[in-house]
Amino acid sequence: MQDSLLQRVTTAITGWAVALLLFFPIGWMVLTSFKTEGDAVKSSLAFTPTLASYGEVLARADYLSFALNSVVVSVGGTVLALLFAIPAAYSMAFHPTARTRGTLLWMLSTKMLPPVGVLVPIYLLFRTAGLLDSRIGLVLIYALMNLPIVVWMLFTFYKEVPNDILEAGRMDGARVFSEVWHLLLPLTMPGVASTGLLSLILCWNEAFWSLNLTSAGAAPLTTFIASFSSPEGLFFAKLSAASTMAVAPILVFGWFSQRQLVRGLTFGAVK
Amino acid sequence: MATLTLRDLRKNYGPMEVIKGVSLDVADRELVVFVGPSGCGKSTLLRMIAGLEAITAGELQIDGQRVNELGPADRGLAMVFQSYALYPHMTVRQNMGFALRLARVPRAERDRKVDEAARILQLEPYLDRRPKDLSGGQRQRVAIGRAIVRQPRVFLFDEPLSNLDAALRGQMRIELSRLHEELNATMIYVTHDQVEAMTLADKIVVLQAGRVEQVGSPLDLYHRPENLFVAGFIGSPQMNMLPATVQEAGPSGLAVALASGTRIVAPVAAGSANQGDSVTLGIRPEGLRLDPDGPIGGEVRLAERLGGLTLLHVTIEDGRQVTVQIEGSDLTRPHETVRLSVNPVACHVFDQSGRAFTHLLKHSLAA
Repeated sequence: MQDSLLQRVTTAITGWAVALLLFFPIGWMVLTSFKTEGDAVKSSLAFTPTLASYGEVLARADYLSFALNSVVVSVGGTVLALLFAIPAAYSMAFHPTARTRGTLLWMLSTKMLPPVGVLVPIYLLFRTAGLLDSRIGLVLIYALMNLPIVVWMLFTFYKEVPNDILEAGRMDGARVFSEVWHLLLPLTMPGVASTGLLSLILCWNEAFWSLNLTSAGAAPLTTFIASFSSPEGLFFAKLSAASTMAVAPILVFGWFSQRQLVRGLTFGAVK
Repeated sequence: MATLTLRDLRKNYGPMEVIKGVSLDVADRELVVFVGPSGCGKSTLLRMIAGLEAITAGELQIDGQRVNELGPADRGLAMVFQSYALYPHMTVRQNMGFALRLARVPRAERDRKVDEAARILQLEPYLDRRPKDLSGGQRQRVAIGRAIVRQPRVFLFDEPLSNLDAALRGQMRIELSRLHEELNATMIYVTHDQVEAMTLADKIVVLQAGRVEQVGSPLDLYHRPENLFVAGFIGSPQMNMLPATVQEAGPSGLAVALASGTRIVAPVAAGSANQGDSVTLGIRPEGLRLDPDGPIGGEVRLAERLGGLTLLHVTIEDGRQVTVQIEGSDLTRPHETVRLSVNPVACHVFDQSGRAFTHLLKHSLAA
């Protein structure tokens, strides 16, 4: 059925309004980053663009080392989470027991706990294990943090795969590893990819644990931003420049992977 | 090739027993068909043989070796699924060669075997296509090809033709028969369709509610059913079942009376039958003939003219409906009054528990 013109116009206007509303803070941040500190506190749109803030930010901190840490801990955390979640979701989806449902819910329920509730024990564990301010420590905590959601997503994707196909594989001589590697993963690739992408984005944007568990050596970009909200007063232009530089990589990444993301996230619903 | 032995196999799902002790011997190169109504456990039994379902009790042997504890990958069997279960992300060639790839067979040999199977199944033009670009019949052949390539000890078929249309099903049935002959393989075939069972099987196993009702050759089951269930399940159109009372037990058979009083002598051993016992008289539709002097009178309700065969649905004197199968195109019209006579060879008598009385006449075709 063809929608009427009025309907289409309304949809378009609503869509754009929501998009602009969501994008406004980011747009404002990018705009501010090109202002001088003086212009930044005014709310006027008239200003002469300058790269001065970027220069100052880069001079004051080693952006690349923060960015590298972000890449390493995000990719590391995601890979580690997938490494555990793929077999976990496989056994839950294809060899369920009476407790599988409960286990899934329990895993999700850990996400309902505010992270600050376990900050002290985790901090002490990390200190004892010598993991404070280490990339390995962050990779571990990121993987654990995303594990429930990654398992849940993979579980729902796996559920879409007909059991017959895996049984045919077993009859063909596949053992668990071959079954997952040759059949399950290729069949659920869009789902696994979007799960990985989502996990990557969550890791990249994570601030609570990185702020509390790192100082300099392993600090990712979220810490980099925070270091510009200084106690001697807010320097909006510099803060905006730092933030823009921190979110730029993931924005570009998200832009290029949006098809994959949307496809994965709507996998079950549309098919 | 291989023999298969089932010794009192049982399967429980929790407290519920679904396979209640099945024993069976499958000879080398035999095509055995498991047939029964849906829910009778035939697929479960096949999956237990395949290794896809655990065996609760009893023993399964392949070539005399206990395999209960082996996984599906180690039993050396191949299975064709009802849904075909092709790997959607692989081409036909990859689908058929997957088992060999897992077994680390060198590529050249793998290709040779796949080509050979593709030739047998006339799949050569489709080797580079993916399953979604194939028709139902072609998919079915790929699924069979996947099994052939492995040269398994036993082929297992789980209702492989039930997703095909009638014409294709008939054609595939013939192809499967040809294949069985060509491959000289032991096969177990599950179906709910008794026509498939009759046409394909060397041996039919009739299952009901997790139990074996009867094992035998197709004609054995047709002409010498051991009980009411098998008599009613095998044969299309169905056997006519009429309630009757024992009148007299003699050396030439059992004389029974229908509700209408009509007396019929069935050539079965009287056994423990006593006068006055309630029994069921079963008559195959081709065992009833139009005969002006016949003992049973009735009125034709419906005539199904199939050309070579005519099926008359007749309401007989005691109000029961029977089917009469006549060779050729009979022109009897609905509402005509007819008389029927009974061919004693096609008569069976069952006692109240449903067990058949032993037939006295040896059937020329049944073993």
